[in-house]
Amino acid sequence: MQVYLPIAEVSVNAFLLLGLGGIVGILSGMFGVGGGFLMTPLLFFIGIPPAVAVATEAVQIVASSFSGVLAHLRRKSVDLRMGTVLLIGGLFGAALGVLLFNYLKSLGQVDLLVKLCYVVFLGVIGGLMFVESWRAIRRSKVVGGPPLRKKHGWVHALPFKLKFRVSGLYISVIPPLIVGLLVGILAAIMGVGGGFIMVPAMIYLLGMPTKVVIGTSLFQIIFVTAFTTMLHATTNFTVDIVLAVLLLVGGVIGAQVGARIGVKMKAEQLRILLAIMVLVVCGKLALDLLLVPSELYSLGAAQGH
Amino acid sequence: MLRLLSLLVLLALPVQGEEIVLGLSRDEVAITANFDGSDVMIFGAVKREAPAPGGGPLEVIITLAGPSESVLVRRKERRLGIWVNTDSVEVDVAPSFYAVATSAPFRDVLTEVEDLRYGVSIPRVIRSVGAPASVANSETFTEALIRIRAASGLYQVLDSQVDIEEETLFRGQIALPAALTEGEYVARIFITRGGVVMDEYQTSIAVYKAGLERWLFEMSRNQPFWYGLMSLAIAISAGWLASAAFRIFAR
Repeated sequence: MQVYLPIAEVSVNAFLLLGLGGIVGILSGMFGVGGGFLMTPLLFFIGIPPAVAVATEAVQIVASSFSGVLAHLRRKSVDLRMGTVLLIGGLFGAALGVLLFNYLKSLGQVDLLVKLCYVVFLGVIGGLMFVESWRAIRRSKVVGGPPLRKKHGWVHALPFKLKFRVSGLYISVIPPLIVGLLVGILAAIMGVGGGFIMVPAMIYLLGMPTKVVIGTSLFQIIFVTAFTTMLHATTNFTVDIVLAVLLLVGGVIGAQVGARIGVKMKAEQLRILLAIMVLVVCGKLALDLLLVPSELYSLGAAQGH
Repeated sequence: MLRLLSLLVLLALPVQGEEIVLGLSRDEVAITANFDGSDVMIFGAVKREAPAPGGGPLEVIITLAGPSESVLVRRKERRLGIWVNTDSVEVDVAPSFYAVATSAPFRDVLTEVEDLRYGVSIPRVIRSVGAPASVANSETFTEALIRIRAASGLYQVLDSQVDIEEETLFRGQIALPAALTEGEYVARIFITRGGVVMDEYQTSIAVYKAGLERWLFEMSRNQPFWYGLMSLAIAISAGWLASAAFRIFAR
């Protein structure tokens, strides 16, 4: 069934979009990532104009994250206090990121910077997570006991300590604020919710338990992407509601399924799967930059005189 | 329909030389939610008072052009091992859609000179004057534009696809793709003999969004704030609905 999208001005297959939304929704519920870093390239591939794809993707992420967060809330695996602290940092970061983005745009080559950002961050995060979780899986097989976690470091010497009961942490608010800020900046530049950076940052930098991380990440993604949606809708007019509805119907159902799958899996398994997924996307983007493209030319809207 | 047109030709008043009488299968295309491309049939007859003149057989050319816009064409080059956009050329005028259908191979129907004069073939309807001097081979950018648009069905060359009967009646069909931009689509019909244009006729087809598509498009432009909030409201309620539905399902 073909559907004509009023803002994107292209006609697409409705079932294809429902399916894509569903797959990305499952990943979202399982791993606590918004899925923007997967969906945006997929939408480019089926011929949606990039500006519309990025803006509309934000709406779908709001929907699937909200669906996922409700599932996690019932399971009490959302640290609302930690989420709020991260969110405060994140919103400031997003605002800074938009300023930085516009500055880079004035210098030219912003597309290249975004792509390089993707390759570097996906590569580093994916690689580190893969190695760490693979070791954890091997250790749990050999010893059978939980791995030892470093409990004290410089992080614990900082002031403004707060109790994060759900995460089982008693740490200063400064590290989560900084993590939120940095992720916010990156998210604004790369045009994504930032879940795939936030999740590893919470696990490895803040030492939060994997099960809590997913719900908490989704919680703050809702607000960041809702903010992005409003920005795109009011400044670029590129939010396509018909496209969004098709994607989010699949997305919200997928998120529920994903949240249930996630609960049944071990934390190390979840982490290694996320790491593999991140590495695959990274590899694809790196190949695009390195291999000779099949079409050297591309068309874009003229800037006007 | 063809019979009606023949009648029209017989009843026609005497005219000088040869003249085109035209019909269209539709003079407007409404883009609705389930729009998936559309065929436009362009048919007509040649009206003449005297017997057909010499100078080669009668040939017909039909063109259909979408609204024009300027396009930025970028070229990638390898720098430090990675492929990046380097040079770019702004093509000043390029139709968003262009189809040219002829009754015989294009060069047999129209001479180079006449093509230049009337602007019929695809390279002739694209105008690029603003190529900066720093960019080498700026014509390759125009070629790339034609190649990319042709690959997605936006530029079509339909050689020998106009049927002519008895040197009088002609008809051709042009398929509009699903990815259409709104606007006035201009149809031009030429009759030629020996590669020289005998008569030209021009009409237009209105392509516009209708129904829900129109309403959403207007809202996104006129009330962007409320449009954004509406999008978020839909997203949140869909998320909540799915969650509630699964809870019932899980029990």
